[in-house]
Amino acid sequence: MSTSLVMFLTFIAITLGITFWASRRSAGSSAYFAAGRQIKGWQNGVAVAGDYMSAASFLGIAGLIAFFGYDGFMYSVGWLVAYLTVLLVVAEPLRNAGKYTMADVLAYRLSPRPVRAMASISTLTVSTFYMIAQMVGAGTLVALLLKDSGIKFPVAVIGVGVLMIIYVVFGGMLATTWVQIIKAILLMGGTILLSILVMAHFGFSFSAFFDAVGHVTYHDAKGQEVVKDFLTPGLRYKPPYGALDLISLGIALIFGTAGLPHILVRFYTVPDAKTARHSVVWAMVLIGAFYIMTTFLGFGAATIVGQDYIKGHGGTNMSAPLLAQALAGNVFFAFISAIAFATILAVVAGLTISASTSFAHDFWTNVIHKGVERKAGEEVRVARIAAFVVGFIAMGIAILLGPTANVAFLVALAFAVAASANLPVIVLSIFWRRFNTTGAVAGLAVGLLASLGLILVGPSLMAVDPPTVTGAARHLIQAKAWFPLENPAILSVPLGFAAAILGTLLTREPESEVKFNELLVRSNTGLGAEKASAAH
Amino acid sequence: MAEDAKRYEASTTEWDRIAATQQFKDLMATKKIFIVPAFVFFVVYYFTLPILVGYAPNFMATKVIGNVNIAYLFALSQFFMAWIIAGLYVKAANDFDRLSKDIIEKASDAQGVR
Repeated sequence: MSTSLVMFLTFIAITLGITFWASRRSAGSSAYFAAGRQIKGWQNGVAVAGDYMSAASFLGIAGLIAFFGYDGFMYSVGWLVAYLTVLLVVAEPLRNAGKYTMADVLAYRLSPRPVRAMASISTLTVSTFYMIAQMVGAGTLVALLLKDSGIKFPVAVIGVGVLMIIYVVFGGMLATTWVQIIKAILLMGGTILLSILVMAHFGFSFSAFFDAVGHVTYHDAKGQEVVKDFLTPGLRYKPPYGALDLISLGIALIFGTAGLPHILVRFYTVPDAKTARHSVVWAMVLIGAFYIMTTFLGFGAATIVGQDYIKGHGGTNMSAPLLAQALAGNVFFAFISAIAFATILAVVAGLTISASTSFAHDFWTNVIHKGVERKAGEEVRVARIAAFVVGFIAMGIAILLGPTANVAFLVALAFAVAASANLPVIVLSIFWRRFNTTGAVAGLAVGLLASLGLILVGPSLMAVDPPTVTGAARHLIQAKAWFPLENPAILSVPLGFAAAILGTLLTREPESEVKFNELLVRSNTGLGAEKASAAH
Repeated sequence: MAEDAKRYEASTTEWDRIAATQQFKDLMATKKIFIVPAFVFFVVYYFTLPILVGYAPNFMATKVIGNVNIAYLFALSQFFMAWIIAGLYVKAANDFDRLSKDIIEKASDAQGVR
């Protein structure tokens, strides 16, 4: 048995123990969906950070910096600064006025059924895209790392899927939160260790480190040796559309994070808005420290391992594990790889619970049954079934896409949909007295369709490949892209806002305006906010 | 559901009355004075980075200390900017909490519900 398998099994054993412990404390809706609202500020902060530091950041950003230098680091910057939107605009009003989901806040003043139905569709869309990306990543990692043990891609995907279903179905939000906390601490520890080892490699001299980053040598596609300064912008985002794509990416991150359902549900797990605020600050400290350290991970992989070697050993996503191997051998490689699995598993569990909560609370209870729970515990039972279904769908799609699928666009898509559909509607319903149901439904629908549509006709899915490109690397639609940018946010976010505003102005809904003061007072003061349940 | 039993509910006129009190107006004004400028500042500061990187790459590549250029230092400064604004917000929010607490107490006392 390989070392990484042993480490991974240890993590699974500990997390299953937590799930068993949590399962006995998850009776009732508030306990199951919001961990009884008793999570402490720092704990929730670590969990929020954990939800955010997904495989896309640990593996993806390290890889982007290793291959594209400074342009990859641009992702790191946006991922932290985005939390200011969460902190200043959405976290506290949401905790004050809502119960389990983002739609709770919308449903105060707007007609609940159409708004919840649309919000639920957009939540499920964002979560599913995010989840498939993580699962394909997990499958690829397992297949590469454990290839000696004979575990293949579909088996790895099913393994991840089954575990996440167990966490969510039996342990609810409490287990999901603790799995996330343990993983976040492991991930921070691994990243700090890796950064120290990188600096030790350069004799703890920053000037030696940055000098090496200034002369990165590799071979280009034609086999020519090139030397590049990796601190110089422009290795990935090139004219004519590079600048616009960078700005568009920035818009998706800054406005999308505050609309990500699996981040928003976290604010319902704490006792009050003040704790929600402190948990965002905790998360920002951890996330900031982590993304600054991607400097050492990414540039370290570029200089110490080199992209020629990474290309031949699993590709961009393997940059961080390969760096660990180069610096401290196979045991450390196994440790970092096990952390990467743990990361994926925890994030996928967080996504599953937010998706199933939205389905059970928004769609089942409030849309289909008009807000009445017919039998005690029905909402939780429906959420458990939904978690099963969501888990199986994600497994199925991940296996169909296969290990070599290009999944970077799925995560970008999740952020773009969240920024274009969810954020405009959340913001307008909190701040605009005139806002109404037609506007909310129009904003959600247009934001969702515009971001999906523009990605479909953009360069991620549409391009003319030379005949030498085969398999999953080929673009889905063999024609020149209609929309020139990878990230649609620069156009789809204004479209989402415009549709929400236009829909509102074209109709009148006096009731929504009458109820505005209630939402205004509730969201700003915390009057009548959901309280933590009695201690167990 | 049992856990909703003690939830504060009030009539529309009661919500309107609270919204019209001087205390609530003070709370909103105190929030606005901090949040609006802070939001505008961070959005402008953040988007300056991709705009300069995209449209003035040569300027951004200017080396400052050894091989470290303006682009990297500006990107790094974004982390500290975010932390500083978050810290200032937490300080300012103590005032929000104090003002909110008064409003909640008055409203709850009026109904005899907490």
